[in-house]
Amino acid sequence: MSIEMTLQRTPDASARSLAETAARRDPRAEPTVVRYAIITLAIAFLSIFVVLPLVVVFVEAFGKGISAYLSALADPEALSAIRLTLGVAAVSVGTNLVFGLAAAWAIAKFDFPGKTFLITLIDLPFSVSPVISGLVFVLLFGAQGFFGPWLQAHDLQILFAFPGITLATIFVTFPFVARALIPLMQEQGTQEEEAAISLGASGLQTFFRVTLPNIKWGVLYGVLLCNARAMGEFGAVSVVSGHIRGETNTMPLLVEILYNEYQMVASFAIASLLAMLALITLIAKTILERNIDGDLPHDH
Amino acid sequence: MSVLAPRRSTLPGFGLTMGLTLTWLSLIVLIPLAGLFVRSTDLSLAQFWDIVTSRRTLSALKISFGLSFAAACVNLVMGTIVVWALVRYRFPGRRLFDAIVDVPFALPTAVAGVALTALFAQKGWLGAPLAAAGIKVAFTPLGIFIAMIFIGIPFVVRTVQPVLIDLDPEIEEAAASLGASRWHIVTKVILPSLTPALLTGFALAFARAVGEYGSVIFIAGNLPNVSEIAPLLIVIRLSEFRYADATAIAVVMLVVAFVIIFAVNRLQRWAQSQAST
Repeated sequence: MSIEMTLQRTPDASARSLAETAARRDPRAEPTVVRYAIITLAIAFLSIFVVLPLVVVFVEAFGKGISAYLSALADPEALSAIRLTLGVAAVSVGTNLVFGLAAAWAIAKFDFPGKTFLITLIDLPFSVSPVISGLVFVLLFGAQGFFGPWLQAHDLQILFAFPGITLATIFVTFPFVARALIPLMQEQGTQEEEAAISLGASGLQTFFRVTLPNIKWGVLYGVLLCNARAMGEFGAVSVVSGHIRGETNTMPLLVEILYNEYQMVASFAIASLLAMLALITLIAKTILERNIDGDLPHDH
Repeated sequence: MSVLAPRRSTLPGFGLTMGLTLTWLSLIVLIPLAGLFVRSTDLSLAQFWDIVTSRRTLSALKISFGLSFAAACVNLVMGTIVVWALVRYRFPGRRLFDAIVDVPFALPTAVAGVALTALFAQKGWLGAPLAAAGIKVAFTPLGIFIAMIFIGIPFVVRTVQPVLIDLDPEIEEAAASLGASRWHIVTKVILPSLTPALLTGFALAFARAVGEYGSVIFIAGNLPNVSEIAPLLIVIRLSEFRYADATAIAVVMLVVAFVIIFAVNRLQRWAQSQAST
C-alpha cells in the first residue's frame, strides 16, 4: 500500500513542483484560489447588477406574448413619444455636432491661456444633476422665470413644449462630441493641416479634405454617445416637459407614466426599445473604438 | 490684440471656432447655471438657511449624500475586483463582461429604474429570495443604495483600467525578485500606484450617484424623510411652485458637485505627476 501511494504520489509531487517553479517564474500571478475567487466575484457582481436588469426588461416586455408587445408599441401615445424622441435627438445631436467640431478645432489646433479651464467648463453638464439641468430652464423660461412674462406677452411657448425639451437635452448632451474629438485631434497634431494651408488650400477645404477624414470615426463616436444620451434622458426632460399626454412625453417619460399606471407590458415594451438602443450603441462603440485607434498617429 | 490670440499657428479659423464655442457655451450652459445662482440671491441668508436646514431638506440631503458615499465605497471595492479580473486574467466571456461594464452609462436611467424595481420587488427574481430572508429592498433606502451602485459601476472600472494596463511589469518583477510576497507587492506596490485613479473613480461615482434621479426614484419608495432623495425633493418643490426651495436645494447640490470637480482635477494632476516620476 505504501508503495502504491508512493508510486501514485510521485507524478503528483513532480507536477506540484513544476507548478511551483512556474509560479516562481511568473511573479505577477496570484495563487489559483485567489484568482478564481476574484473572477467569480467579478462575474457574479456584473451578472446581478448589469445582466439581470437588462434581461428582466425583455422578459417583462414579452411577458404577455409578441402581439401584446407589438400592440403596445403601435399605441398612438407610444408613436407620438417615439416621434418626439427622434425629433429632439436629431436637433440636439445636430447642434452639439457643430459646437463640438468648433470647440475641438479651437482647443486642439491652437494654444491659448485658460485652455484647461475651458475644457472644464465644457464638461460642466456632466457633473450637474439632470434635475438641476431642467430646473435652470424652468427658472429662465417658466411663468415666474426671467423671461417668463416676456414670453407670455409674445405668446411664445418654450417650457412644456418641444423647444424646452430640446434645450434641456442639448444641455445634458453638451460635452459628448467635443470630448470625443479634443484628445483625438490633439494627438493628431497640426502638421497635415499646416501642409495643406501652405499648399494653398482654404480653411474649409483643409477642414473637409484633411481634418474630417482623419477624425471621421471620432465624430461618429461622439455622435453615437450624444444620441444615446439624448434619446434616453429622463430627469432634465421630466422637469421641463409638463407631461402632456400624446404631446410632450418622450419615450423615457412614457416608460414612467405607463409604469405608474401598472401597464407593465406597455411600459417595458417602450423600455425594451431604449434598451436595444443602448445595446446597439455599446456594440457600435466597441467597433468605433477599434477604428479610432487606427486613426491615432503611431510612432513607427 | 486679444488675450486669446493663438501662439505659433498658421491655421485659420481660431476666431470663428472660438467665438462659436464661447457663445454656445454661454447660452446653453453658463448663463442658465448663473441664472440659478442669481435666483438664489432673491432669498435672504436666513431664508436660505431655513430652507436648507428644514427637516425634510436635511433628510433628503443626508439620504442622497450618505447613500451615494456608501454606494461609491462598494463601487470602489467591487470595481477594483472587476478591473483586476478583466485586466490580469483570461476567462471565458471576458470581452463580453468588459463591454457590459458600460451598460449603466448607455442604458437610459428610467429603463434602469423600472428594471431594478422589477428585479428587486417582492415578487421579483432577486426580491423574492431576499424577502424570504427577511430583507426588503424595493421601496426602502436599501433600494436607493442598489440603484446607486448600478449607476456607479463604470466609473471606477474605466478610470482604473488604463492605469492598470499601463503599469510597468518590471516593478512587480523587481519586488518579487527581492523576495516580497505577492500580497505585499499588491498592497505596497500596485495599489499605491492605482490610488489616484481609484480616488478619481470613487469621486466620479459619488458625484453621479448624488445627482442621480431616473434610476433611483422607481425603486426608492420616495417616503419623505426616509427614502426621498434630494433631486426628487427639487422636483416636488417645483411641482408645488415653491421655486425658492427648489433653487436653494439645487445650489447646495451644485456647490458640492463643483467641489468634487475641483478635487477630481487635482487628483488627475497628482496622477500625472506620479506617472512622470
